[in-house]
Amino acid sequence: MARMKFLCDADRCIECNACVTACKNEHEVPWGINRRRVVTINDGKPGERSVSMACMHCTDAPCAAVCPVNCFYTTADGVVLHSKDLCIGCGYCFYACPFGAPQYPKVGNFGSRGKMDKCTFCAGGPEADGSREEYEKYGANRLAEGKLPLCAEMCSTKSLLAGDGEIIAQIYKERVMKRGYGSGAWGWKTAYRETIES
Amino acid sequence: MASLGRFIRLTVGACAFLLVIAASVPCKAQQVNPTASSVNEQQLLQELNRIQGRVSIPDQRSGVLEQPAGRDWREFRNVTLRWIGGITIIGMIAVLVIFYLTRGMVRLESGRSGRTIVRFSAFERFVHWMTATCFIVLAISGLNITFGRPLLLPLVGFEAFSEWSQWAKYAHNYLSFPFTIGVALIFLMWIAGNIPNKVDIDWLKRGGGIVGHDHPPAYRFNAGQKAIYWIVVIGGGAVAVTGYELMFPFYLSGIEGMQLAQIVHSIVAVLFIAAMLGHIYIGTIGMEGAFDAMGTGDVDLNWAKEHHSLWVEEEQAKGHAPSGGTSRPVAAE
Repeated sequence: MARMKFLCDADRCIECNACVTACKNEHEVPWGINRRRVVTINDGKPGERSVSMACMHCTDAPCAAVCPVNCFYTTADGVVLHSKDLCIGCGYCFYACPFGAPQYPKVGNFGSRGKMDKCTFCAGGPEADGSREEYEKYGANRLAEGKLPLCAEMCSTKSLLAGDGEIIAQIYKERVMKRGYGSGAWGWKTAYRETIES
Repeated sequence: MASLGRFIRLTVGACAFLLVIAASVPCKAQQVNPTASSVNEQQLLQELNRIQGRVSIPDQRSGVLEQPAGRDWREFRNVTLRWIGGITIIGMIAVLVIFYLTRGMVRLESGRSGRTIVRFSAFERFVHWMTATCFIVLAISGLNITFGRPLLLPLVGFEAFSEWSQWAKYAHNYLSFPFTIGVALIFLMWIAGNIPNKVDIDWLKRGGGIVGHDHPPAYRFNAGQKAIYWIVVIGGGAVAVTGYELMFPFYLSGIEGMQLAQIVHSIVAVLFIAAMLGHIYIGTIGMEGAFDAMGTGDVDLNWAKEHHSLWVEEEQAKGHAPSGGTSRPVAAE
């Protein structure tokens, strides 16, 4: 089985936000929620880099560890998913997440928050693959159709890679060797406790 | 003339092109590394323990790219808090059980006189019980968040536990409002009797009458009750402020502030629960005649004399209480 991961090659990201738009459209993500976003560091200064970030589907995921109702589960592909039927909207995953992935549809309203929403690696949720209920709660299940996450699939510069960790790490290593530089796999050390030697 | 102009333009253009080529040749020789000056993830994390940038989407808070501080918070929430909470609450229950088995109920040494004295008005009792019922629901629903997953979830299953936890969360959020009002009213209506004074030192030195069979004098509130008062006011204030910070995310602070708020909220809460267990014990099975104060509002005169002798004298001087000499039962005001 594959171990699915995201890798954003910050030296190629041009902050076009196509991944953000693709994600919102593919899953019909509600207003105010962005499962993926592009953060530009040192904006307008020398050394500026943009990183596309979503849920990193961490190894030993902090969100799953702190959830009071244990609504998270990890698929055989290493994708961290959650059940919106079990989620109580307490906000604990959102305190624990290093990447700001969990978000809630309701703001204020005496803290009722609503069910947590986050990137699913285009792998849906606990409902039957491709079912209407699954689509309404979690969006499309591309993985079940044999496709990879849309954000990475349609990245114009192929900066964002999604797929088996070993394969995308190999692609990134080859790139770094060929061009002679690379600012590293952003978030990997935090998410997977490992980094790509280059 | 037109052809001359075109010739000049062409010549200038060709010269400029050659110049560009010539300039680029030495550059090709030396390898350019665009990452030499670029931002470095580990360096940024070491500097601030978080990485922040600019986003073009409306949600500006998503500009925080990485914040590994959640790892420390996770350790607190899953390990440290469970130890602190478990030790304080089970420890308090153990102390109370041992105390009850050895000391038993603190009896009225002179028996009931049959005459009563008003201790708490209807309004005071209403505020007390409003705060108390809210506190019990808040405590159980709060403990559920910390201890429910390891203790209750395996017994009832995922669906039932989520359903219960969902309602518990709503109760926790909404009952926080009457609880906070109750704490504020308690602070205001009992502040006058709860300023520590010299009598308290003597009371504490003599073990408050709980240890041994002594009955040190006390005004309306003894040092133990004053301690409970300040635990409720300060502890209640702390859980209210930190709780609202969590209930309204980003109004007061970012994620780090909310992690800190949860740490303060939960530690104060478990200590508060342990203190209230002691309070409930002494107000019910721990002491004969004590429950009447918050039950009917009237306490037996002998109880008042044994536990709050100076207060009885004050009340008698004001004419609010039957004087010691008469044996006729006096109705409550």
